[in-house]
Amino acid sequence: MAGYCGKFLRVNLSTGEIKEEKLDLAMAKKFIGGRGLATYILSGEIKPGIDPLDSANKIIFATGPLTGSRAPATGRHMVVTKSPLSGTVASSNSGGFWGAELKRAGFDLIIVEGKSEKPCYISIKDGAAEIKDAEKYWGKLVSEVTDGLVEESGDPKCRVLCIGPAGEKLSMLAAVMNDTYRAAGRSGVGAVMGSKNLKAIVVRGTGRMVPAEPEQTKKVLEEVRKKIKENDVTAKGLPTYGTSVLVNVINEIGIYPTNNFQKSYFETADKVSGEALAEKYLVKNMACYGCPIACGRYSKVGDVEGEGPEYETLWAYSANCGVDDLAAVIKANKWCNEYGLDTISAGATIACAMEMYEKGIIKPDEIDGPPLEFGSSEAIVEWSRKMGASEGFGAKLALGSYRLAQEYGVAELSMSVKKLELPAYDPRGVQGHGLQYATSNRGGCHVRGYMISPEILGIPEQLDRFSLEGKALWVKMFQDLTAVIDSLGFCLFTSFALNVDDYTDMFNSIVGEEWEPGRLLEAGERIWNLERMFNLKAGVTPESDSLPKRLLEEPIPDGPSKGQVHRLSELLPQYYKERGWDEQGIPSGTRLSMLDIA
Amino acid sequence: MVVEVKLFATFRKGRFKEREMEFSEGSSLGDLLKRLKISREEAGLLLLNGQYASWKDKLTAHDVVSIFPSLGGG
Repeated sequence: MAGYCGKFLRVNLSTGEIKEEKLDLAMAKKFIGGRGLATYILSGEIKPGIDPLDSANKIIFATGPLTGSRAPATGRHMVVTKSPLSGTVASSNSGGFWGAELKRAGFDLIIVEGKSEKPCYISIKDGAAEIKDAEKYWGKLVSEVTDGLVEESGDPKCRVLCIGPAGEKLSMLAAVMNDTYRAAGRSGVGAVMGSKNLKAIVVRGTGRMVPAEPEQTKKVLEEVRKKIKENDVTAKGLPTYGTSVLVNVINEIGIYPTNNFQKSYFETADKVSGEALAEKYLVKNMACYGCPIACGRYSKVGDVEGEGPEYETLWAYSANCGVDDLAAVIKANKWCNEYGLDTISAGATIACAMEMYEKGIIKPDEIDGPPLEFGSSEAIVEWSRKMGASEGFGAKLALGSYRLAQEYGVAELSMSVKKLELPAYDPRGVQGHGLQYATSNRGGCHVRGYMISPEILGIPEQLDRFSLEGKALWVKMFQDLTAVIDSLGFCLFTSFALNVDDYTDMFNSIVGEEWEPGRLLEAGERIWNLERMFNLKAGVTPESDSLPKRLLEEPIPDGPSKGQVHRLSELLPQYYKERGWDEQGIPSGTRLSMLDIA
Repeated sequence: MVVEVKLFATFRKGRFKEREMEFSEGSSLGDLLKRLKISREEAGLLLLNGQYASWKDKLTAHDVVSIFPSLGGG
């Protein structure tokens, strides 16, 4: 049973019952683990049409077969549930150490169901679990809860996953935080924990994972580590400047969304870039479990310090809000971490509110905080705090840009897909990436098939970013491969240096299989189709495979990508065809049978 | 002719952020790299006026050249 622990926990918060259940190993392998396996369980155990904040929803914390192994960058876990923000399947990925600790405690995953009457937390120590009172932690910030629970456990080595006040207040943008600074950020997964009165899960484990083929594993891992060490991106770019090294690249190409995607070039981007961060505020680099890349940053401005900001956060709060004040971005990031908010959606929602304010749709007299003006440092910091606390007008922002804009009758000003705010790349200047936004199973997301890699960075090969040729197939392949990487328990950044053969070799030697790379990719495709079927049954129709009107109709007004719009209507039919779906975007019975999920 | 050169990430160390440089007519991006002591292999991403370029491309007056090492992230 190498790779997998072979058992999982089922915690019912309504009854207080905790059960240890045996993992169906054949089923686990069919869906790999992590994201795939948890989606399979969720699909079978909840009715897709339910209200995500109802106690009938379940939330699954899942590791992959390689999470916590000796393979590099395997500190990842997934939080899988039905998203309150988008109504789609939510599977948010996080790094740090918590996932690896869960494996060491002896469990592949935890299924949490029902709803506790009072605030509670789950404590797990080497195979034993209990539900404990969390009354005194309710309302507390993430760092306070984390420090408090570590102290209460009496074991400084335990790992804490928790929500902040945003999750308690059922903010649609609430993240599930772990190890203080890491976030399963997207899709509002923190609100599902909040709806169950579940404040935290504390884990401590001392077990060791033994690979199925120790000698072969050693050989394979040596080879893989060498590749990571010799790759320019994983050995130099990411360790030196972190993810925010991308700020200047994406801006110079003219796809850096500015002022809520009204422009795509930010004149003063260099003041809020990875280079500027390293020069002014960087304290040290940080690494997750078993990671040789160490892209994490720890920064400090006055008495505000902590991990981040990452590239996406820098963008959401700087260019997208028109702010070139790096200190203010670090402060806004800090509020997001403490209140437990997704920095992409939080920054993007403030940007949307700023455009509505600029256009006179939101009136000065209806807001109880700083004017929502593009370029205002004060606005991004204070409105982040108010969103986190759901205080005053902040409570409206806490529901996300789509619900905010829709309330005022201007839903088209929300730069989102399936109600999930778009990240830091204007798809008008990078066609494949735009197709990926439109078709991602969780909505406007960049890490379900990171087409920036081939279309901008030239990895594994340089594609013409404006061309449509072959893009549908590239998107499909990247989406399937990403499902594999997520489900195995790897950090996606390993894929800058590794390919599907490397992942297959590691899977085979650690789990003890003799799979061909194609079989792993087929499992990725199976996971993708399973997620699609969940969404369709949940009422998320193919009409939502779209992009905001602005990106389809208004050409980029300035910069190196001037004049471009996204050509989704040409790409989408090709994509459906590559996926083996019908013209309406419904997976065909034949394809589902082929993938054994009919 | 004068072209504007922008350097990013590690290329700034010991060099500069942004500078105007003088080249003779017919010079290429390769000549520019040579003058900056950046090898073709090191130059992960070359942009000429915001569009992808190769070291073989010729420079013209008032071009904006951006040079990045191999980068990734997100």
